[in-house]
Amino acid sequence: MEDLRRRLDGVSWVDLFLWGLRIVIILLIVVGAFNTLTSGKYTITTWISLSISGLAQGSIYALIALGYTLVYGILLMINFAHGEVFMAGAFTTVFIANYFNRIGFLNTYPLLAILILMVIAALVSMSVAVLLERIAYRPLRGAPRLVPLITAIGASFFLQYSFRGFYGSGFQTYPTVTALSGTFTVGKVTIPVVQVVVFFAAIALMSGLYWLVERTKMGKSMRAVSEDKEVAALMGIDINRVIVFTFAIGGMLAGAAGVINGLYRPQGVYFFMGFIPGIKAFTAAVLGGIGSVPGAMLGGLFLGVIESIGPNLVLEGLGIDGANQLKDAIAFTMLVLVLIFRPQGILGERLSEKKA
Amino acid sequence: MALLEVNDIHAYYGNIHALKGVSLTVEKGEIVSLIGGNGAGKTTTLRTICGLLHPRGGNIQFDGEDLSRVPAHHLVGKGIAMVPEGRGIFSKLTVQANLELGAYTRNDKAGISEDLEKVFHLFPRLAERRTQVAGTLSGGEQQMLAMGRAMMSRPRLLLMDEPSMGLAPVLVDLIFATITDINKTGTTILLVEQNAHKALQVASRGYVLQTGEIRLSDTAVALQNNAEVRNLYLGIE
Repeated sequence: MEDLRRRLDGVSWVDLFLWGLRIVIILLIVVGAFNTLTSGKYTITTWISLSISGLAQGSIYALIALGYTLVYGILLMINFAHGEVFMAGAFTTVFIANYFNRIGFLNTYPLLAILILMVIAALVSMSVAVLLERIAYRPLRGAPRLVPLITAIGASFFLQYSFRGFYGSGFQTYPTVTALSGTFTVGKVTIPVVQVVVFFAAIALMSGLYWLVERTKMGKSMRAVSEDKEVAALMGIDINRVIVFTFAIGGMLAGAAGVINGLYRPQGVYFFMGFIPGIKAFTAAVLGGIGSVPGAMLGGLFLGVIESIGPNLVLEGLGIDGANQLKDAIAFTMLVLVLIFRPQGILGERLSEKKA
Repeated sequence: MALLEVNDIHAYYGNIHALKGVSLTVEKGEIVSLIGGNGAGKTTTLRTICGLLHPRGGNIQFDGEDLSRVPAHHLVGKGIAMVPEGRGIFSKLTVQANLELGAYTRNDKAGISEDLEKVFHLFPRLAERRTQVAGTLSGGEQQMLAMGRAMMSRPRLLLMDEPSMGLAPVLVDLIFATITDINKTGTTILLVEQNAHKALQVASRGYVLQTGEIRLSDTAVALQNNAEVRNLYLGIE
């Protein structure tokens, strides 16, 4: 007793509260999962197919999350308009995709058509991201960190309503690609082809990015700039060029993700479509450790899977109805959990004094 | 004509007038030391020369070219390299990657790997640690890395900001011996130091900076014998 009291002496009420919260949350998760699993309502097949669709969705989050993490790594700012960069690509190519569909090109040469759409979307999103940096962020480079953050939110609204002005406020739908609409069966699990294509397309893009950051001269200069801008300049690195390049790469990935997203979830293409994926991808980036490239990839996939299996696994076991509609709640609860348990994210390093 | 001519430069941090008309020259092949107390403007002078800060008045001539408005990242290409204050190594990159960044503006692969070997010859400790992440090096090794990295650009003028700061005496000796070696291979050096004693030993000429102005300038030997310098900076009564 004496010993316990001495140990509790240095612990503040905030710590106690946080510990209580942690224990309650873990208990809820364990109880929920236990109830669901023992009820025998779902078979292992269900869990596998939920995980696969989660991976497909998660790989889209990961692609967008990379844009957040790259920009944060270099400028220590959260580009909250990045969801709109994604929207710009997705929204622009939906019209081109439908045109391709009308003339029959999309279903005659699906692979070529999708590649062309991805390139166009990547270029559109890249231009938006680069203009955003040049017009909205660069003039504020030396300003306190709150200023570019607020600017980013403003830019986000500006982009939403500009695109509403360009393309109207109606909902658009991506055409169905016949080649991707089938399913195939492995063992007892039925997998939609589109999920596999989405996953591997995203993985291919991410591998490309990883190679770029790890192996090329530009990647090395990005890492140098993210560590120390002044010394990087002394090495002869043009800082502004590296920053523009970073925005461009993040924008291209987001644009390509816009088309991939259109294959996976054809509906709901409109001017506000970037908001939720943007916030989710930001969550994924924080989850993985913001500033870390592998972290964003991992965080995205992790968030996708959690969001997919979480509602059935945890919420149903707790007796909550309509659990599937609560997947966003699961996603953002994950954000809160990460911030409580591991503020630096899965692969992140503790914030050093320089960054804090 | 001198390799580097700094003419009456004025530099500011916000509204703080940090340099109030500093002039100095560095001849080809020399080691020139800039000494002075804390806040005298030594680092500011170097930052202004290498383009991290632009002077509001005066000009900087390097080999007959005006550098006053040239951005920092163009200076390496012109032949100026800097060993920054606090070493400024990239702590998450390997030793070798740090050195390769020193040669960022060069495209001659053969020359770069030749110079890499030269640096490893100059600092065998770095060769042993070439695949190690630079943040794990000791202070002395980090200083060697910063110097090696600067040499990787084959500079004509090397600016060094407090290379002996925070190092054990035996390492300080090693660093200063290396400075002399580097100079013998034909690199001109402008050295900023708090360790005035060592700095004046290796230099041919020196400047004493005080609150943003040049207080004294003379040959290193004369400064070592100057009563004021002895009293204020060398700690000899």
